Amino acid sequence: MKAGQRFYLREVLSGLVLTGHHFFANMGKHIAHALGRKDARGAVTIQYPEERRPYSPRLRSLHRLVRREDGSPRCVACMMCETVCPARCIYIVADEHPNPEIEKMPSRFDIDLGKCVFCGFCVEACPEDAIRMDTGILEFSSYSRLGMIYTKEMLLALEPAGPDGVPRSPVPIPADRTV
Amino acid sequence: MTAAALADFGIVFGRVAFVMMFILNLGGLLTWVERKQSAIMQDRIGANRASIFGFRILGLFHPLADAIKMLTKEDFLPARADRFLFKLAPFVSVFFGLAAFASIPFGDTLRVGDRVIPLQAVTLNVGVLYVFAMLSLGVYGVMMAGWSSANNYALLGGQRAAALMITAEVAIGASIMGVIMWYGSLDLQTIVRAQGGLLFDWIPKWGILTQPLAFILFLTAGIAATKRIPFDMPEGESEIIGYFVEYSGMKFGMFAMADFLETVVIAGLTTSLFLGGWQVPYLYDTGFRFPWGAALGLPHVAVVLLQVGAFSLKVVVMIFVMMLIRWTLPRFRYDQAMRLGWLGLFPLSILNIVLTGAVLLAWGGRP
Repeated sequence: MKAGQRFYLREVLSGLVLTGHHFFANMGKHIAHALGRKDARGAVTIQYPEERRPYSPRLRSLHRLVRREDGSPRCVACMMCETVCPARCIYIVADEHPNPEIEKMPSRFDIDLGKCVFCGFCVEACPEDAIRMDTGILEFSSYSRLGMIYTKEMLLALEPAGPDGVPRSPVPIPADRTV
Repeated sequence: MTAAALADFGIVFGRVAFVMMFILNLGGLLTWVERKQSAIMQDRIGANRASIFGFRILGLFHPLADAIKMLTKEDFLPARADRFLFKLAPFVSVFFGLAAFASIPFGDTLRVGDRVIPLQAVTLNVGVLYVFAMLSLGVYGVMMAGWSSANNYALLGGQRAAALMITAEVAIGASIMGVIMWYGSLDLQTIVRAQGGLLFDWIPKWGILTQPLAFILFLTAGIAATKRIPFDMPEGESEIIGYFVEYSGMKFGMFAMADFLETVVIAGLTTSLFLGGWQVPYLYDTGFRFPWGAALGLPHVAVVLLQVGAFSLKVVVMIFVMMLIRWTLPRFRYDQAMRLGWLGLFPLSILNIVLTGAVLLAWGGRP
């Protein structure tokens, strides 16, 4: 340790100059912001529920089931995602599709988000591009484990996120939540 | 009771009430100041969510929300605690923090009719000693809390607090000696009045200029006496466990409050001793008289208001500086704080006494 550092006072003063500079510079920016200079930002804070940072387009968020033009799921119940899922959180019950050109469709497609590890393997495994994780929704929660199980209808209703990653569809509300 | 006696009583009550309002409001506001100042120093915004009818006014409702939260929390009493001392401890801490401010003058005298009202809660000719006595009695609350909690960690925290307090008190007492020698009085009002003079006819004779070394030593020891970062090893909220580990609810809040009150007291004391107290440069009893010849007459009430305002402003600035220090420096380790106190501050204070004595001797009296 240098002698100057052992003599604590100088280092203290340089530290105080640094933090004090931050204080007054930020204070000036806050005042400028309040006076109408909207580009002056005194803090790096993002006021979360009102503001969001832009999400990456590669973000793996809440799943959604892609729809065909007629609104039915694009999923053909091939069980690839259910098989590849390391958390075993997908549950599919296959059914006949009314269109004879399409072999199958899911009558149930449940994802237990309480178990899901958001690895994205289901998206990669899907041969029909029927499941995606691009809704941008991160704030799903529930009061019970049962409430974390999202059904086919809930997943079908979701829209992909906007270009800035902000979700376009509302957060699905599970049955045990009122708000 | 005659009207005159009633008026006397009212005046005394008013003086005490002003000091209580000043220190309690400032102390309560400090929770907000601490949050906001630290946030702005760290490029953050700080607490701003508490709202009443949608109004947030920069998070000023957060102290209120804190108080409500603490009052409604469970008031926990450990099973083997000493019930009486456990309940008494936070009150002792807060009481002495409040009482310490009593002899700090917040203005010169106010003349109403033929009455001369001294603007301090208690006029004491040993004001400095009184403040120190109250500050060091404050540590008894902390030691009581540590001992009565029936918790070894709390006891150790109380011991650390006591050791730190002794270290700080010795350094404070020794560093202040130079100021007392220079101004020749233990009365804070006299010391402040003496700082109204001019050095070389143009520099205000504030203590920070006549006793710069004592100022640094006193401020360091004073921050140590408040038990706040960088000298917060009695508490060490984040990892080492402190004396109030068993406290909850408003009792815990009172310990936090006592720390803020001590901050205000140290700021007030520093202002009185080193920053000229209520003195405004070149402001005299009848108005401004500048050294370059200009003058501006002011009525008595305006002068008094200016003085009280100057005192408040100086205290706020001192609190700002102390908060800046608190949010800049990391905590001292226990042995580092002891070494700083006994091998750094104390010998330097003695050196300051010797230097002051030598200067006074060479000058042949006080300049």
